[in-house]
Amino acid sequence: MSLFNVFNVAGSAMSAQGQRLNAVASNLANADSAASSTGQTYRAKQVVFSAVPTAAPESTGVKVKQVVEDQSPLKRVYDPKHPLADGDGYVTMPNVNVVEEMVNMISASRSYQTNVETMNTAKNMLLKTLAIGQ
Amino acid sequence: MIGKLDEALRFHETSLALRSQRQQVLASNIANADTPNYKARDIDFNAALKGALSRGSVTPPPALAQTSPAHLAGLNTKGTTSGAELLYRTNGQGNVDGNTVDMDAERNQFADNAVRYEAEVNMIGAQIKNLLAAVQG
Repeated sequence: MSLFNVFNVAGSAMSAQGQRLNAVASNLANADSAASSTGQTYRAKQVVFSAVPTAAPESTGVKVKQVVEDQSPLKRVYDPKHPLADGDGYVTMPNVNVVEEMVNMISASRSYQTNVETMNTAKNMLLKTLAIGQ
Repeated sequence: MIGKLDEALRFHETSLALRSQRQQVLASNIANADTPNYKARDIDFNAALKGALSRGSVTPPPALAQTSPAHLAGLNTKGTTSGAELLYRTNGQGNVDGNTVDMDAERNQFADNAVRYEAEVNMIGAQIKNLLAAVQG
């Protein structure tokens, strides 16, 4: 029954959106993780989606192709009292844009919900199909 | 007799198969709403149903012959399993990342297709009841 493929497709999308939400959570949690200029400062992580063909030609799943690190410049904050401040009194902060991450979070959560609905609709259709002739 | 029964249910069977394939296409569009460079696809249901009925049955399109295990599968991406042509949706407005999925349109079509599928299921049920009434008197 080809409708079962909808489960695979929606499931792959849900897991991909889940990974995106994971990256958002990690970015938000580390938004204030300061580091000295010599140390490795946290960089915002973003997932890259790509379409994957399934066994049936009419359905296409999703997967996370790679996780990339945001290469935009890190924030430098003047705070000489900070234990991690460098010789000039600057602390390097991650390049996480909190507003962007919140938008990303809402978008991921809405996409997840839509795929859950897709799955539910397919389930109802299958159950109706099973009841043919009864 | 069996042939006649088959013939009586053929239209609805073909239609249901195409509806379930279209549902998969639409589910794929919804799943790939955030995938860069993904192009939304759909089938022309009217033409697909006419084509499938004229061919007499829901048969898959011819596949490439594989005479060696090293041959590639030759995945058919132009049509669905029952041979309906997979078309690209032409949107007025695409996204910056090359994605052409319009979430509102896709969800609208998805719900529409699901309702039509259920209507078809109900019609098959009614037809079977009719046949049973004729058999049992």
